[in-house]
Amino acid sequence: MHNQSLKQLAASLRERKFSSRELTQHYLDRIAKLDPKASGGINSFITVCESQALAQADAADARLAKGDAAPLLGIPLAQKDIFCTQGVKTSCGSKMLDNFIAPYDATAVQKLNAAGMPMLGKTNMDEFAMGSSNETSFYGPVKNPWDHGRVPGGSSGGSAAAVTAGLAPVATGTDTGGSIRQPAALCGISGIKPTYGRVSRYGMIAFASSLDQGGVFARSAEDCALVLQAMAGFDTRDSTSLDVPVPDYAADLGQSLKGQRIGLPKEYFADGLDPGVRAAIEEAVKVYESLGAQIREISLPNTQLAVPTYYVVAPAEASSNLARFDGVRYGHRCDSPKDLMDLYTRSRGEGFGSEVQRRIMVGTYVLSAGYYDAYYLKAQQVRRLIADDFKKAFDSVDLILGPTTTTPAFGLGEKFDDPVAMYLNDIYTISANLAGLPGMSIPAGFVGGLPVGLQLLGNHFQEAKLLAAAHQYQQATDWHIRRPEGY
Amino acid sequence: MSLQPDQVRTVARLARLALREEDVPAYSRKLSSILDMVEQLNAAQTAGVTPLAHPLDVVQRLRPDEVTEGDQRDRFQSIAPQVENGLYLVPKVIE
Repeated sequence: MHNQSLKQLAASLRERKFSSRELTQHYLDRIAKLDPKASGGINSFITVCESQALAQADAADARLAKGDAAPLLGIPLAQKDIFCTQGVKTSCGSKMLDNFIAPYDATAVQKLNAAGMPMLGKTNMDEFAMGSSNETSFYGPVKNPWDHGRVPGGSSGGSAAAVTAGLAPVATGTDTGGSIRQPAALCGISGIKPTYGRVSRYGMIAFASSLDQGGVFARSAEDCALVLQAMAGFDTRDSTSLDVPVPDYAADLGQSLKGQRIGLPKEYFADGLDPGVRAAIEEAVKVYESLGAQIREISLPNTQLAVPTYYVVAPAEASSNLARFDGVRYGHRCDSPKDLMDLYTRSRGEGFGSEVQRRIMVGTYVLSAGYYDAYYLKAQQVRRLIADDFKKAFDSVDLILGPTTTTPAFGLGEKFDDPVAMYLNDIYTISANLAGLPGMSIPAGFVGGLPVGLQLLGNHFQEAKLLAAAHQYQQATDWHIRRPEGY
Repeated sequence: MSLQPDQVRTVARLARLALREEDVPAYSRKLSSILDMVEQLNAAQTAGVTPLAHPLDVVQRLRPDEVTEGDQRDRFQSIAPQVENGLYLVPKVIE
């Protein structure tokens, strides 16, 4: 069952080959067998919601029996533990929220619940989505199903690993600097981060509000399209939500690549790119050519400035957003505080891990009097230069194509002690967040047995074009159906 | 750009973070390496460039001034560390 596409699962449910309860139980059994940390599992879930998922499955079965035509009805999913889920622990990978039972549902959760998708559980992640390896989680690292000695990427590492291992057919994620695309690449699955504002941020725990965007992990572009359809849309409860109609993504998947202009940014193929990854991407470019796309070289001259810009903007926003964790209203509170200052500082000092504390301090520093212009204002100016690079590029191309990451999955612990080396992981993904553009990663081969991710970037609101370009590639190749041994 | 241990302590205080004294040197080293990387921004020519605060050219939406949220105090306080009579309790702040 866990090797079927969402379309196949939906058809099987309607043909009564199995019920939603049986399907949900199948995934719960796989989670129990393959996930627990204690028995050497991949640790992709923080919370498993067995009884709730089965109750949702029964409700879906009742709807199916009545002939309800909702396309995802009865198909289970996993939610990244950054999305608030009413009555279920929502930890954001942090000790700070280890005791936090969300009092309401995020809009994305509400929508997927309404679509009739039982929630298997909440997936592991870097603490407050700050990380590229899933190693900053309070609940321990996640193992890459392709090689247990390697990271699955981050911050949405649990979601990516769970889908890769067949512990869930789809999972949600969030992407602030690459947190969907990078783990999708490292785990060999498909992942899409839509245009900033496409998926509501209401109830999605904030990291950097001008960059955060929710999206999907799945086994194919087609599956991504179906789930994104159910998640996307205007929401009055998110002040930056886009009041723009959502196209029918699945209907557009057939869009031909003939005549589409695809740009290869020369900066994404410069020094630092692993030769094996380069070779795989060059092969993929040939496939796109054979599908009728016109390939041309483009330039995004400010690419090198994306990581430094991000590490001013994102920590600045994070330091403001995370000020809400004060030990007063919810979350961790220190024992017997002697005064209010002690309550704040010890609750936060104990509740946040060291990467989160570093980012809060970087943000506090760059926003402090005397440094604001030199750091924050400067970064916002460079952010405009980066966004303008893309604006110019999209005058001459329809899509941008390149590697998602410089290398395949790295070893657990390999970069953990060197924050800057870790940050440079996101060199190809971060610009899209700074410019608010949609991006996608799809599998495009292997290097030494580890998956390689191909990144597609589109202009604002062009998710349909990305999904179609990914789908067309997946019709011509079979990288996306390869699965790690033992799963 | 390096952030000396004293500056780390000041920033931590501003950010309301209690650091363990033995962790200060590592924070000093790692924060300095992050700020060093950020220094690359100085090379960019930004004279006359308007800062970009939001990725899309949109204006802040306004909604009609109507009450849309009901009273949910009890629900929200059920997850608070310490409450009494509908109030959040903190250590005494006024003598």
